[in-house]
Amino acid sequence: MSLPAFTLTDLTGAERSFPTGRHALLCFVKEDCPTCVLSMPLIQAAAESFGESVDVWCVGQEAGGNARLAERFGLTAPMLDDTALHVSYRYDLDTVPTVILADGEGAELERFVGFGRDDWQRLFQRLITLSLSPAPVVDWAAYPESRPGCGSKSVEPGIAERLAAEMDGSAMQARRIEVGESDDILEFMFDQGLTDGLPVVPPTPERVARMLTGTKRDPREVVATVPPNMAPLTVEKVAINAVMAGCKPEYLPVVLAAVEAATTEQFNLHGVLATTHFPTPVIIVNGPIRERIGMNARFNVLGQGNRANATTGRAVQLIVRNVGGGRPGEVDRAALGQPGKYTFCFPEFEERSNWEPLHVERGFNRDDSTVTLYAGGAPNPIIDQLSRGAKSLATSYGLGLAAAGHPKQYGHGEIVVVVPPEHVDTFAKDGWTKDQVRARIQEVTAKPARELLRDDFCAEGLTPAQAARIGLDTPVSKFRNPAEITFVVAGGPAGKFAAYLGGWVSGPIGSVMTTVKIRE
Amino acid sequence: MTGGYRWPSALSTIARMTTILDPTDERVPVRRHLAVRPESISGVVGLLNITKPRGDILIGQLEARLRERLPNVEFRGYAKPTFTKPAPLDLRQKIAEECNFVIEALAD
Repeated sequence: MSLPAFTLTDLTGAERSFPTGRHALLCFVKEDCPTCVLSMPLIQAAAESFGESVDVWCVGQEAGGNARLAERFGLTAPMLDDTALHVSYRYDLDTVPTVILADGEGAELERFVGFGRDDWQRLFQRLITLSLSPAPVVDWAAYPESRPGCGSKSVEPGIAERLAAEMDGSAMQARRIEVGESDDILEFMFDQGLTDGLPVVPPTPERVARMLTGTKRDPREVVATVPPNMAPLTVEKVAINAVMAGCKPEYLPVVLAAVEAATTEQFNLHGVLATTHFPTPVIIVNGPIRERIGMNARFNVLGQGNRANATTGRAVQLIVRNVGGGRPGEVDRAALGQPGKYTFCFPEFEERSNWEPLHVERGFNRDDSTVTLYAGGAPNPIIDQLSRGAKSLATSYGLGLAAAGHPKQYGHGEIVVVVPPEHVDTFAKDGWTKDQVRARIQEVTAKPARELLRDDFCAEGLTPAQAARIGLDTPVSKFRNPAEITFVVAGGPAGKFAAYLGGWVSGPIGSVMTTVKIRE
Repeated sequence: MTGGYRWPSALSTIARMTTILDPTDERVPVRRHLAVRPESISGVVGLLNITKPRGDILIGQLEARLRERLPNVEFRGYAKPTFTKPAPLDLRQKIAEECNFVIEALAD
């Protein structure tokens, strides 16, 4: 493996460039690391014994400490200044001391970290063979067998992100915007139209670099094409908007999966955005990631208060706005919109359900983590505090759902019903499956076509031609396909309040619910 | 001056810059201009129904009125497969090839 070339200055100000054309021993150290201090006499011994044919260099991580180390140990080996930590970063150091032996072309021959007496003895043997020099005189018995090293300065919190952001070859490609310190950066971002109306976290390169630690994916990878502008969306742009939304790095895989789902042909984000109707991408999260990132599936599950729920959904909305160019009054033509267009993301409370969780129902393994996107409206209540049996409760669901959109609009497509734990128990008591609840909803909502006719009482409903085709006395159910009634269990332990999230145009002419596995 | 107000250091130094990364797609929008409006209407006028409810009624009324005023103009009807999605490319190309004018009608 060839090591990165570099040029650093030594304590005399002379430049030293690697590779040197000779074997080189690079010893990365910092003064405030006792293991580095322990190793210094051996570095000096190597310089004295093998310096004729091997370049023995210290690479110090802090200028003041470098000079003190050199003086304290009477170092004759060059002490190179890597205060900027660029070389430490490019050499991917976690620990100091790190000792690397390279050949004249810069190929790595050997590397060890921390202090190991055996490591040093083996290294000296190798250097003796290479240089044909006599062995240095070392009192090996005075050295411990091993000592762990210390953290390299290049991986300290705050510094690692700065380095990732400023290094050449950094994968971050986004345009940098300079904002004067006398400008209020939050106001600047409002002025530029980059927010959803609430303040955003400024996406500094350091924060974005930290966000990108949430995924192994290349920041330059194009994840999706975002309508309405059909703009290519890179992992980096997702991370920038996730920072603005307030996400932690561990939420990033959820955001990535959600935008992948939202930008599929079948989900039809363009239509969801451009319609005058209510829908927004509702993000339902399943699988182990819910717990791992601390999502809330319980009290106030559709409400405020949980960072993972709130910021994950918000990140998707900011991406649509900033990358896709979807802004209210422009391509977003919603007449009223809904509060879920700030953010709408929640996990299923799988542990509290007797039913298969949504992602398993949709063909994934229970251990998979997924996002399911639904073009949904705001929550509408279905209140049933009195049913003590499944049939009565399912009847209430049907009576409630009959009004979805409009009581005379039938042939409804997809709908999501959020089932609270107390209702779960009522269904479980009688052993009702989801399909039984669906069937009861269809049964309860069924009305003869004549009752759904457009008439003087209410102009909405079936046309006479449609009703005649169906048959005036033929019962029609609310939903054209009961399989499109989706149940998701979530909510606090008490409260017999379910909610349905109103639908939009669904199926091939509108939007189709879409589940994507989260890649962690 | 002793015991007086001490300026916060940020105010006593030259203002530093904060750097943020651009969250947008960084594409400069293309400025589009309206096509030149001709003095008179001739050739083929396309009528594009986006298939919202009652779009057919609106387009039909429009066509009837225009036929009265423009007896020498040919009208051709087109329809989007669904109003929820942008018109497919081949439909847009077909209209561009066949028509000199197009009227796209929304309804509800």
